[in-house]
Amino acid sequence: MNTISETRTKSLLYLEDVSVSFDGFKAINSLSLVVEPGELRAIIGPNGAGKTTMMDIITGKTRPDTGKVIFEDTIDLTKKDEADIAQLGIGRKFQKPTVFESHTVWDNLELALNRSRGVFATLFYTLTAEDKARIEEILVTIRMTHRKDEYAANLSHGQKQWLEIGMLLAQEPKLLLVDEPVAGMTDAETAETAVLLREIAKTRSVVVVEHDMGFIRDLGVKVTCLAEGSVLAEGSIDFVSSDPKVIENYLGR
Amino acid sequence: MITGFILRALEGKIVIAVGILLAVAIIVPALNLLTPPDSAFHIPTYVMALMGKYLCYALLALALDLVWGYCGILSLGHGAFFALGGYAMGMYLMRQIGSRGVYGNPDLPDFMVFLNWKELPWFWYGLDMFPFAMAMVLIVPGLLAFVFGWFAFRSRVNGVYLSIITQAMTYALMLAFFRNDMGFGGNNGLTDFKDILGFQVQAGGTRAVLFAMSAFMLALCLIVASAITRSKFGKVLVGVRDAESRVRFLGFRVENIKLFTFVVSAMFAGIAGALFVPQVGIINPGEFAPANSIEVVVWTAVGGRGTLIGPIIGAILVNAGKSFFTGAFPEFWLFALGGLFIAVTLFLPKGIVGTIQHGWNARKALKAAADAEKGRDAGAAPTVQQVQAAE
Ligand SMILES: Nc1ncnc2c1ncn2[C@@H]1O[C@H](COP(=O)(O)OP(=O)(O)OP(=O)(O)O)[C@@H](O)[C@H]1O
Ligand SMILES: [Mg+2]
Repeated sequence: MNTISETRTKSLLYLEDVSVSFDGFKAINSLSLVVEPGELRAIIGPNGAGKTTMMDIITGKTRPDTGKVIFEDTIDLTKKDEADIAQLGIGRKFQKPTVFESHTVWDNLELALNRSRGVFATLFYTLTAEDKARIEEILVTIRMTHRKDEYAANLSHGQKQWLEIGMLLAQEPKLLLVDEPVAGMTDAETAETAVLLREIAKTRSVVVVEHDMGFIRDLGVKVTCLAEGSVLAEGSIDFVSSDPKVIENYLGR
Repeated sequence: MITGFILRALEGKIVIAVGILLAVAIIVPALNLLTPPDSAFHIPTYVMALMGKYLCYALLALALDLVWGYCGILSLGHGAFFALGGYAMGMYLMRQIGSRGVYGNPDLPDFMVFLNWKELPWFWYGLDMFPFAMAMVLIVPGLLAFVFGWFAFRSRVNGVYLSIITQAMTYALMLAFFRNDMGFGGNNGLTDFKDILGFQVQAGGTRAVLFAMSAFMLALCLIVASAITRSKFGKVLVGVRDAESRVRFLGFRVENIKLFTFVVSAMFAGIAGALFVPQVGIINPGEFAPANSIEVVVWTAVGGRGTLIGPIIGAILVNAGKSFFTGAFPEFWLFALGGLFIAVTLFLPKGIVGTIQHGWNARKALKAAADAEKGRDAGAAPTVQQVQAAE
């Protein structure tokens, strides 16, 4: 087993003993978690386990009451806000797909592109050949080239999920947090999403929260099971799903 | 860079609107000055003054559209920025009176002499100089918007709460300006203006120029607003309106985006107020009344928020209606305004221009779908969704 000090020196994301409570209710209860560079990690757990809240903490939306949240070994994320953390290279897909509905698919990606985000830089921005190529590349990755001029409002639920993943790619994050990406997708779309996420994880770390066990199996990666705000079990999918605590708290339900 | 920014503004509708405004800026004063009063084409001075007033209101509505229509900030205090711009202009005009006041004091406006003041308060310094006064027309509303927005947006005050504090802001300013010891003329405000840049305010030629300037400034601000909303920044603005947290998590500083827009909008409102005051001949604390700011919201909603052109049309139509109603049946105006707002909210939520645009886009999409149906190719198969897309 690694000791804490050993893991700290090579982690991309490091959570230690993080707790947060809402009106006395402990949503996260001394949670510790380490994500390595280049790792694809799946997180499962019953409703209300604190999976989304954990992402809120990592991305600066919620401040933890206690505990450490460290990015790239040195950066204390609890001191930063959402915009800072996004610029550091942490992208996030929401549980409810959130895209800019009154913009086209193309514009959604253009806005997400990792370029200077200041007021004047965006006022005087013109699309460069490089940016155009990058957007086209992402359109291919998320398989939406033929729908690039479509308003995002008219996409199906599954397509919005993909567009949002595309926007995260445009952001060029080092760490991608993906909350329930296959909710509302057909089986075919779900399988394709697993392929897409594995592809994405080749160049960056990805943390996926999902309830769909078939999908988790498809990913074939290390799984962390959360319950009541802390880690119940961690390991391969077979290891985790045979753990009696996991069966009792989650799978057995 | 700057040229690209401006060129982008000149999309079809905007070019037409700017063209119309520039034509109005020339034709209306020409018809007023150059045709004899008995001519069928003559525009009487009072009509031109009324139209000039509408143009100032239109600029105020455009200012509100920038923050409300594009950024989702429902300001119920834009009347305050308008009034502050108006006061800056009013103070300049007061200083131009010089010793022609009732008390003949060359340095102090009449109301200060009346209050037994011995010298000019420091905040009146420099306002006898036109360029300085014009700078104040922009700076004072801009600074208030900056300070207000700095605190409000940083603490993430949103929605109804923000609307309520903007309303409180204009109300507080109204109470302050009503006080004589504030040094802005108390409840009488500033009036009895004589000259602007050495020309008589009441003279026909001056009125014509003021009218032309109103149309011209409205056109200019429309171009700037269009350039802003059509840039990438404008797309971010709409993003803030529709999904603020998405924008934040993409790494944008939402508070700065809102702050910039709010300040620009306040400056537009200040310009509108400054043009308004010499044309109506008075500025008093009543301009800060909370109800005024709410009326601006009605104009904008009627014309169609988020369209830039809509609020201009809305402001002109509603105010023309107001002039008619307050002349014909004064007691009904407020009911008519309230009824109009309810009717628009229920039956025309996109406003006049929004509804027209919507119909137009739907037709285009239907046509595109029909065309694609003819030359059916797999990749771009038309769907019901595409038709809805335009909506
Ligand atoms: N801002 C908040 N205020 C109060 N309670 C909250 C807040 N955010 C989360 N909670 C509570 O914290 C608990 C954990 O919620 P969370 O959304 O993190 O669960 P989850 O694991 O994502 O569940 P699901 O699988 O349903 O998405 C829930 O009981 C929720 O009600
Ligand atoms: Mg959740």
